[in-house]
Amino acid sequence: MASNAQNVLFDVQGPRGRVITLVLNVVGLLLVAALAWVVLGKLADQGQLEATKWTQLFTARSWENFFLPGILSTLKAAGLAVVLSVVFGLVFGVGRLSSLAVVRAVSTVVVEFFRAVPVLVMMIFFYLGIGRTGIVQPTETPFWAVVLALMFYNGSVIAELIRSGVHGLPRGQREAGLVVGLTESQTLRSILLPQALTAMLPSLLSQFVVILKDTALGYIITYPELLASARRLGSGDGNILQTLLMAAVIFVVINFALTSLAQWLSGFLSYRTSGRTKPTVAPAPAAVAPAAR
Amino acid sequence: MSSYFADFASLFQQFDVAAAFWVNIKLTFFAAIGSMVLGSVLALMRISPIASLRWMGAAYVNTIRNTPLTIILVFLVLGVWSQLQINLSADFNQNFFRYAVIGLTVYHAAFVCEAIRSGVNTVPVGQAEAARAIGLGFLPSARMIIFPQALRGAITPLGNTLIALTKNTTVAAAASVTEISALMKTMIEFRPDVIIAVFLTVAVGFVLIVVPVGLLTTWASRKFAVVR
Repeated sequence: MASNAQNVLFDVQGPRGRVITLVLNVVGLLLVAALAWVVLGKLADQGQLEATKWTQLFTARSWENFFLPGILSTLKAAGLAVVLSVVFGLVFGVGRLSSLAVVRAVSTVVVEFFRAVPVLVMMIFFYLGIGRTGIVQPTETPFWAVVLALMFYNGSVIAELIRSGVHGLPRGQREAGLVVGLTESQTLRSILLPQALTAMLPSLLSQFVVILKDTALGYIITYPELLASARRLGSGDGNILQTLLMAAVIFVVINFALTSLAQWLSGFLSYRTSGRTKPTVAPAPAAVAPAAR
Repeated sequence: MSSYFADFASLFQQFDVAAAFWVNIKLTFFAAIGSMVLGSVLALMRISPIASLRWMGAAYVNTIRNTPLTIILVFLVLGVWSQLQINLSADFNQNFFRYAVIGLTVYHAAFVCEAIRSGVNTVPVGQAEAARAIGLGFLPSARMIIFPQALRGAITPLGNTLIALTKNTTVAAAASVTEISALMKTMIEFRPDVIIAVFLTVAVGFVLIVVPVGLLTTWASRKFAVVR
């Protein structure tokens, strides 16, 4: 009842109700204005409103040397992590649906383990661990630590999405596949998975938002992503408050676009599969177990 | 092999692993209460008849949900604390701890709000209509009819948010709080030869915290489900 839920909760208002609503609306706006006043006052006190601190955000130098390279490394890590975690998710998601008990058990342990460990803990482990093995160049270590940690965590979440996606399909789909003479694995490959993947596309997109957000953890292990570049720019120019705000705005804009696309897709795709396209949970926080089984 | 374990065990005498985990649990506890309160208020705003409140609630959720937690925490410490000079406590560590609680609260409140809203969606329209029919206004019907049922329907997503919060307390390392992920880094840097054992200790610690919460959530969501 999503959108009409808001309308059934209260009656169409009469004259008195409308006056009350109007008054409260004004009070609400005044509250926002008061809050803005306090914040601006505090900013002005500390000299944070000086024009140069803000105009520097929009110079070619800031973008060429800091913001754009930052965005690029963030997108590079996120992009590779997306690809790898989808592969990881497919392998272990199908593993959890396997008819072999051993494969199922191993996949379950792997998926449950990596879902329970915080991404940052994995990142620090890979950062210090890869550095010791000397497989990659020292300058590349933070990048691979970010990508691997994101792959293991989000890959496990995607594996769960695939499993619950296949289980969410009507039972008749699998039965029909078997009836026309396909084997279990053929049914999975050519009937169930394509529909499950279509159904889970919106949830998958929400997970990509999580990946993009979590690349910011790379800041802690010295990966020069957007947040780290914003910090470097800010501490050099003495306007760290402003540069961090700018980094946040860039993240919000990219993620908001992805989130909106996910919502639109979920409506669009509902005609193309027998599964449910609506994400079962509110889009996940940086870490989440989607829907209990 | 036995010396490996001896090396590893000696680490526990130098580093207080339990105390570090305790910091994470304290962060989880305070931020869970904070985000539950703030999230409920936001959810109420988002379903209220007052347009400006609805708008503010939606703006908050859409902004915070799309901002990385790391930025929020770094912003609080490097922006609000060091630039605006707002001290939350005279004690240095306590100050960072409180900033971390605020950051975690602000971030997870957006997800609590969405969890409750998804719970509201499980309440059948007839319930709200019945409440209106017997003359209840918005706040009474929200308090007595909608919220009690919505919260029961929201147990699963709320539990997931709690699990996420527990794991996200590690990000407090970005706000200079010495919790388990920061301690793990120090331990590995100090004794890189037992890196795997240290990682597994921390990982298993989280598995031990997170799995019971998940089981409890599943149990509670069945136990308190509204039979329809």
